[in-house]
Amino acid sequence: MAKIKSIYENVMSRWQALTDFKFFWPLFMITGIAFCMAASTYEFIDLYVQLILIYVGINIILTVSLNLINGYMGEFSVGHAGFMAVGAYVASLLTVHVFPPGAQNLFFPLAILAGGLAAALIGFLVAIPSFKTRGDYLAIVTLAFCMIVKSVLENIDAIGGPRGLLGMEKLTTLPWVFFWTALSVWVIRNLVYSNFGRGVLSIREDEIASDLMSVNTRQVKIIAFVVSSFFAGIAGGLFAHALQFINPRMFDIIKSTDILIMVYLGGIASIAGSIIGAVIYTILLEILRPLGVWRMVFMPLMLVLLMIYRPRGIMGLKEARMFTPLRDLVTEKLWRQKKKEAGDASP
Amino acid sequence: MAYIFQQILNALQLGSIYALIALGYTMVYGILTMINFAHGDLFMVGAFFCFLLAAYLHLSFVPTLLLSMIGVAFLGVIIERLAYKPLRRAPRVSAIITALGVGLFLENFTLALSPYPKHIPQLLENVTWTVGSISISSLQVLIIVLSLILMLILDFIVQRTKAGMAMRAISWDKTIVPLMGVPVNKIISLTFAIGTGLGGAAGVMYGLAYPVIDPYMGIMVGWKAFICAVVGGIGNIRGAMIGGFILGTVEIMVGAFFPSTYRDFVAFTLLLILLIVRPYGILGKPQPQKV
Repeated sequence: MAKIKSIYENVMSRWQALTDFKFFWPLFMITGIAFCMAASTYEFIDLYVQLILIYVGINIILTVSLNLINGYMGEFSVGHAGFMAVGAYVASLLTVHVFPPGAQNLFFPLAILAGGLAAALIGFLVAIPSFKTRGDYLAIVTLAFCMIVKSVLENIDAIGGPRGLLGMEKLTTLPWVFFWTALSVWVIRNLVYSNFGRGVLSIREDEIASDLMSVNTRQVKIIAFVVSSFFAGIAGGLFAHALQFINPRMFDIIKSTDILIMVYLGGIASIAGSIIGAVIYTILLEILRPLGVWRMVFMPLMLVLLMIYRPRGIMGLKEARMFTPLRDLVTEKLWRQKKKEAGDASP
Repeated sequence: MAYIFQQILNALQLGSIYALIALGYTMVYGILTMINFAHGDLFMVGAFFCFLLAAYLHLSFVPTLLLSMIGVAFLGVIIERLAYKPLRRAPRVSAIITALGVGLFLENFTLALSPYPKHIPQLLENVTWTVGSISISSLQVLIIVLSLILMLILDFIVQRTKAGMAMRAISWDKTIVPLMGVPVNKIISLTFAIGTGLGGAAGVMYGLAYPVIDPYMGIMVGWKAFICAVVGGIGNIRGAMIGGFILGTVEIMVGAFFPSTYRDFVAFTLLLILLIVRPYGILGKPQPQKV
């Protein structure tokens, strides 16, 4: 046990030294993209593993973006799959019917972006009821919205109705997923530690108090919802082009529950937690596949046990060092020093 | 006119089932301020108990109903003791996620045991009376009357008995009441037993009205019942009954006059409008916030 601990500490200190390196993030991006491109061109990674990695990436985008609303802002949104559906349908309609068939690869990022923007527009509409309603009532608003989206999609026959939509080419490749995942993590991480992010956190702690301290709560809520739904839409577009088939029933309340579980498994208000939660949940489901039906019996059991013994999830309210800005690290260090000095002074 | 009356009967039937399930949500919420998302799946377990008792033990209607209610209530208390009690002081959201996990567990456990949809045998002879041009089935009347009786009993328990007084006291103030000698754990277990028992009864009735049951039937019905509880004002028992009848009526009426695929769309749009107009539900009171 002691040996394991020493190995763990050794690895962690090396990892920390690596992430503290000045050019860590640019290097990480370059090697990541290069690795993903090589993997998808030369296929030295099994196609099945590649597909799982794509799903991991999509789930990270979904989890990080939902964490902005549920974790940092402290609302309880259960309609994230609805935004995903909007993004998936808009992006697939564009690639199937609008963009010329010869140049799909060139237009693919545009289609994904359009899906994200459409979802962001819907997110803006959902943000409006959140001015007045809070808590469980807002949960119902988002739930109702998710069901309305599903119901509308089922009733438009031009886009397949309940039969679903197909004909997308397999455009979602590992490099694209890596790019969008990195982008969503980067944007949301920077947003959370910005001035705006302090506003988001203050809404979670106390909305009226933050209003009194001149936080423009309406604006903050709108931006949070728009950004979150934008990335959900992007994840939807990627999902549609990875699976090459979508139907409205894929984006119902069960999908939303999946995303919620990933968020709270990893822990609220933590970027690292979201990534860990999405990775663990997606990969564990794949590893347990030989169990057949019983895997979905063990998975919830593990979740319940985790919640009982660690109610805040794996990383709840804690952030990994690599995502914390330098000024926060310095402040924390100073604070600990001060506390220690005060402790020494008073016996 | 006859068509409308017929649809009103259908609406009452669906509404009373929704109301019975919504009561379970709202009672648990009133006492623990926690949304028991496993409740819809307990409703499903009730229907499966009904299937087991009726198909394998060949029991008649009354013992089937009572045993299913008791079985589901027992299961509800066990879930409360094992999964929710350790989380009473944890953040609210962890309890909600635990409830979602318990719900998933119940669904998939039932699915692993019985992968195919089951057909509940006919427990009661279904007589159809014709009054003018309206046909009334005895099953409809039974479901409506039985759920009204159950709701009256619940109202009596909550308003007139000592245990009911303790429930109301706990939902009023959670810190002082234990100091007054109210056995909080027992009352919470009792609330769970009553709430989930009503859910089980709703499962049996649903199984009688729509005899094909499958492990995922509880999800949609459960969320819709949750919506009923919120529309009525969550934590408010009479509100849950009203909410159930409202949603039942809206769904049936939309299905009667529009294509039935528009049902969810219209129902949820109305719900959104209602929540924007009255953000705290019909009978709910806005809670003043202090800083």
